[in-house]
Formats: sequence, C-alpha cells, structure tokens
Amino acid sequence: MSLATAIRSDLRQTSPPRGTHACRALLRRELLLAWRRRSDVLFPVLYALIVVTLFPFALGPEDALLTRISGGVLLVTVLLAMLPNLESMFRGDLEDGSLEQMLLAPQPLALLVLVRVLTHWATTTLPLIVVMPLLALLLRLPIEVLPVLLIALLLATPLLALMGAILSALTAGTRRSAILLALMLLPLAVPVVIFAAGAVAAAQSGLPYLAPLLWLAAALILALVLAPFACAAALRIAVET
Amino acid sequence: MDNAASRLGQCAVSSIRAMPISLSASAAPILDVQGLAFARNEEPVFGPLDFALDRGETLLVEGDNGSGKTTLLRVLAGLLQASAGEIRFDGQPLAHDALHGQMVFLGHQPGMKNDLSPCENLAFLSGLYGAREGADVGSALAQVDLAIYADTPLRMLSAGQKKRAALARLALLPGELWLLDEAYANLDRRGIEMVNALVASHCSRGGAALLTSHGAVRFADPHARHVRLELAA
Amino acid sequence: MNIIPLWLHKLSSPPVFYRFAGALRPWFLWSALILGAAALYGGLVLAPPDYQQGDAFRIIFIHVPCAWMSLFAYFCMAVAALVAMVWRIKLAEVIAMECAPIGAAFTLITLITGSLWGKPMWGTWWTWDARLTSELVLLFLYLGVIGLFNAIEDRRRGARAASLLALVGIVNLPIVHYSVLWWNTLHQGQTVNLIGQSKIAPAMLWPLLLMVLATHLYFVASLLARARVGLLAVEGGKQWARELIAEKADA
Repeated sequence: MSLATAIRSDLRQTSPPRGTHACRALLRRELLLAWRRRSDVLFPVLYALIVVTLFPFALGPEDALLTRISGGVLLVTVLLAMLPNLESMFRGDLEDGSLEQMLLAPQPLALLVLVRVLTHWATTTLPLIVVMPLLALLLRLPIEVLPVLLIALLLATPLLALMGAILSALTAGTRRSAILLALMLLPLAVPVVIFAAGAVAAAQSGLPYLAPLLWLAAALILALVLAPFACAAALRIAVET
Repeated sequence: MDNAASRLGQCAVSSIRAMPISLSASAAPILDVQGLAFARNEEPVFGPLDFALDRGETLLVEGDNGSGKTTLLRVLAGLLQASAGEIRFDGQPLAHDALHGQMVFLGHQPGMKNDLSPCENLAFLSGLYGAREGADVGSALAQVDLAIYADTPLRMLSAGQKKRAALARLALLPGELWLLDEAYANLDRRGIEMVNALVASHCSRGGAALLTSHGAVRFADPHARHVRLELAA
Repeated sequence: MNIIPLWLHKLSSPPVFYRFAGALRPWFLWSALILGAAALYGGLVLAPPDYQQGDAFRIIFIHVPCAWMSLFAYFCMAVAALVAMVWRIKLAEVIAMECAPIGAAFTLITLITGSLWGKPMWGTWWTWDARLTSELVLLFLYLGVIGLFNAIEDRRRGARAASLLALVGIVNLPIVHYSVLWWNTLHQGQTVNLIGQSKIAPAMLWPLLLMVLATHLYFVASLLARARVGLLAVEGGKQWARELIAEKADA
C-alpha cells in the first residue's frame, strides 16, 4: 500500500495561514458552490417577479396608483425574496459538519463569517438588484427615482443580510426556522425599510433624499463591524448540539 | 507493561503501555483530563473521566451507541463546554482558541460540502488550516486511494468514498492531536487498515490520536501503544 | 466589600434562590395589589375628568404604566441576558427567559388599551401612531425571544441563544423608536401624542405614579414566581428539586 511510504512532514504548523489567505479560500469555495447551484439564484428573482406581477392584478393597472406604491412595494418584495435564502444560510453547513471545521480553524470566526455573509449576499440578492430596473418598469416607477432605489437597495440589502445572518445562525437546526426567522427579522428590518423607503419617497416627491441614505450607510458600516461577532457567537451556540 | 484496571463511575480503564521508541522525553502529556463530566438538560451524558494521552499514544474510546463518545470528543475539541472537570493541553489549561490549528477533528459528518469534489474541499480546508510540509491535496488523496475521484462531486461518491475523502484531511492538515469520531464507520477492511496505518505513522512521528468506535477493532500492529477506555451506556 | 458578591454568589444557587424568592414574593404581590387598588381608585374615581378628553383619558392609568413596564421588562431581560451569556449562570438564564412573557403581556396590554383609547379619540380601533407602532415592534421582539427559546430542546442552549437575540434586540430598540418617530412625521406631517398635554394635573399625577410603582412591584412578584418555576424546570433532575416535590406531595 502506498501508505507505507513515510511522510517527511512537520506535524505542527508553526504559522497558520494568514487571514487573507483563508478568506480567499472561503471566497473561492462560496463562489464555486454558488456556481454549482446556479439554479438557486433564479428563485429570488422569480419570486420577486411573481409578486410584482400580482400587484397590478390586485390593485388595478392605473398608472398613478402604481407609481405611488411602487417604491414601497419593490422594497418589501426584495425583503421577502431574501427570506428563504437567509433562512438556509447556515443550515447546510451545520448539517454536513463544515461549520465545525470553520469554527475550529485558526482564523477568527468573525472574519470568516463576514466573508461568508457578503458572498451569500452577492450571489443571492445582487441578481435581484440587477433585475430591479425591469421590476421598476412593471410597477411604473418614475425613471429618475430608479437610481435612488438602487442605491437604497445596495445599502439596505447587505444590512439585512448581515442581521439576517445572526438570526439564521440562531435558528439553524431548529424546527420551523423559517417562520421564526421572519418573526425575529421584522423588528430589525423596520428601521431599514423606513429609511430606504423614506429615501425613495423623498426622491419621488422631489425632496432631498440624502439624509436617510446616509443613515443607511452608517448602519451598514456599523453592521459590517459588529454583526460578524454576534453571528460568530450565535454559531458557537448553534454548534453545541 | 502496566496493566491497571480501575472502575471510575461508569468507566473502565485498562492501559497497555510499551516504552516509547523514538520520542524525546516530553514532560507533559499532550492531553490530560481530570474529572471531566458532561450533562445535558440535567441528564448526565458521561460521568467523571480521568485519563492522559501522551505523544505517540493512541487512545481508543469504545462504547455502545449513546454512551457519550461523540459528546466526549466534542468537549475535547472545544465545541462543547464540560459541566465539570479540567482538560489540560500540553500541561496548560485548555484555552480553545490556542488549540485551533494544533488539532485535526473528524466529526460524525464528513465536514465537507456535497456539491464540491474532494479536491476542492481539501483545497478549502488547507486554505484555512494550512498544510503539512511536503503534503498537498494530490498526495493526500493518493494516500487514501481516492485519486481517481479527485474531481467528482462528493454527492456522487459512495459512503465509503466520502469517508475516505474526509480522512484525506488527516494526511494533509497539520496538527499534533487527532480527534477522530467513528473513524472506522462506513469503511471496509482495506479502509480500516488504511486508518490504522495513518494513525500509526502519525503516532510514530510524535503525534497523538484519540479515536472513538462502537465496535471492537483490532489494530493492525499488536505492539501499538493504545489505551482503551470503555464508556458504559 | 466582599459581603455583597458573596451573598449574590450564594443567591445564584438554585435552591437558595427558590426559597428566597418564595419568601419574598407574597410581600411584592400584596403591596402591588394594594397600591394598584389605591391608584385605580385615585385615577378612576378621585381624579377630575380631563378638560379635553372627558372620562376617556382615564385609560392612561393603565396604558402608561404598562407601556413603561414593557420597556423596563425588556431592559431587565437584556441585563439578565448579558450576565447569562458572559458568565453562564443558570439563574441569569432563567430570569432572562422568564422576563420575556411578562414583558410581552405588558406590551399586549399597552396595545389593547391604546387601541381602546383610540376609539373615542379618533373613532378607530387602530392607528399607526409612533408610540403604538413602536410597541407593536416591541411585541415582535418579545415573541421572537419566546419563540426561539421554545424552539430549542436543550433549555440552557435555548436560553443562551434567546439571550443573544435579546441583546441584539436591545441595540435595535432605540433605533426602532427613533426611526418610527421619523416615519410618522414623514407621512402624517405632525406627531400625534397619545398623552395629549405635556403638563399633567397633580390630581392625575399621583394615581399615575402610584400605578407605576404598583406595576413595578407586580413585575418583580411575577418574575420571582416564574423564576421559581423556571428553575424547577431546568433543575428537575437534581436532588433539591426532587426533595422539594416529595415534600409538597406529602403535605
């Protein structure tokens, strides 16, 4: 057997790989996984498309009405479309044991979590934002408001993803985790929705919209720093089964 | 040969210890456990345990299903916090962050993504943990006889092949202490011999390994240094 | 002084706390009931009707103390949650988890009384007033904590997970409050304040403050009672719990 050959190696690694190297390895893994499951990317987009199509049927095709509600409806739709993917963010890792391997790695778990969440956002929600102009067209959003909506989404969705990651880690492995996640996410999502929709509504009325966007940006920066630690703590609790 | 058997609560310890062949005298055992106990929901899972694992030794923890072997391993790895007792690593009280990178943990599950191939999985793990000198993904897969399936997604492999892929980690990642849960599960005779050879070569280079198993397993080398710990369910 | 930490350490032992809480609870409960009755008498009977709202304003004697208690309970829960997460003290975990249902109940009462108040005020059972909306979000926070704790089989792990959630929630609480306030001004153009006037007549003030005190005392009494039950649930297999149950069975 080939095992008879001795391995001339040092058992103890004197210096573990640096954080950046580990992050790159994790990034590569996440992108590979997203590519292998690329049909999963379609689901949020389809869901959003369905919801957006239903609204004119429910409320009538009158342009003025649709224009009035389009900003809010699009935001809520994006949030709802994010939910299923948020809920399953860590479930797979918990089930196949790869979460434990990340936990036991020499790198800080918070760093790995940050990379994980951001790649998750990039592969699941970014396509949704890319499709946003089409959805905005369907709901008669004025064209000049579209950039504001896109910026608001680019700030709000990573924020929601970071907060949702903490909640997803807390509910990983529990029964009925989907409804539990939605219940827990609502209070955290309220300020985000308020500010994002506030910016869009202000832009629509021709009022200054910078302030709510800046609040969103500040919240996003805060979440980028703090949420990974909370998420790491939640993952350590989740693994204790 | 020291053959001591004693009953401690629910455990029976019998140790077969031969003189270490080519080990530098290391003062403290790599793992020293005193009075370790774990309870879940106020139900004791395993009772007060005392044992020590020196470098070059292999400890086999045997017990029936549900006797707490997996829990013991997870406590030692730092995934769970013990209800009572003390663990010392290299003589120092265990600070689990310090343990990361000096241990290879093989849990119940393969610890790999089903959608990726063994090669990609191992590349990721070595990106996190590093690799031993002279070892790389290819050589590790060759050691577990999985080179042919290096690029097949794990989902398409059999249970035994998945186990080999998980075991390839042992040939790739650095770490003095090996904690292997159900190392022999899903393996045929050749696979079992492969695990024994991996463990034997690891221990002969000064590492230590702690394995759990629910069945009696004959080590390939009857002179291997091993300590048997029996957990009664 | 070493006496206080020593006493606290002794108190965190479940059997000791069980007896301590059992002894203290009747005092808190009865003083809460007596003061509450006095406050209600003062508020419902003695206080004159409001010049603007007539007799409808009297609901503030329940609404406002309950609103304050819903926030106070969350604060208590967050403090206990912090202790539970940092030091893993079983008693802290139990207290944190038992604060949640009490707080949720107070929040629900706040919402219902707010709704009842809204009917004579604006002719509607619900309004998206800033305060009521914040209370609704608070209710969701409580329900999340309760739901998460009940969804995890291992009680101690569930308590730790729900404690983390409670801490995340308390960071979010002021953010929610101010964002809802802003949202309200954005869409309605003016803040509608349920209290009405900022100055409140003395005849109305003392029943209100007395009621606030009474609700605090009731909260403590309820928490002590629930914590005892929670401790028994966590420690069921232990010696002291079994002895206790055997005693009660014999009596």
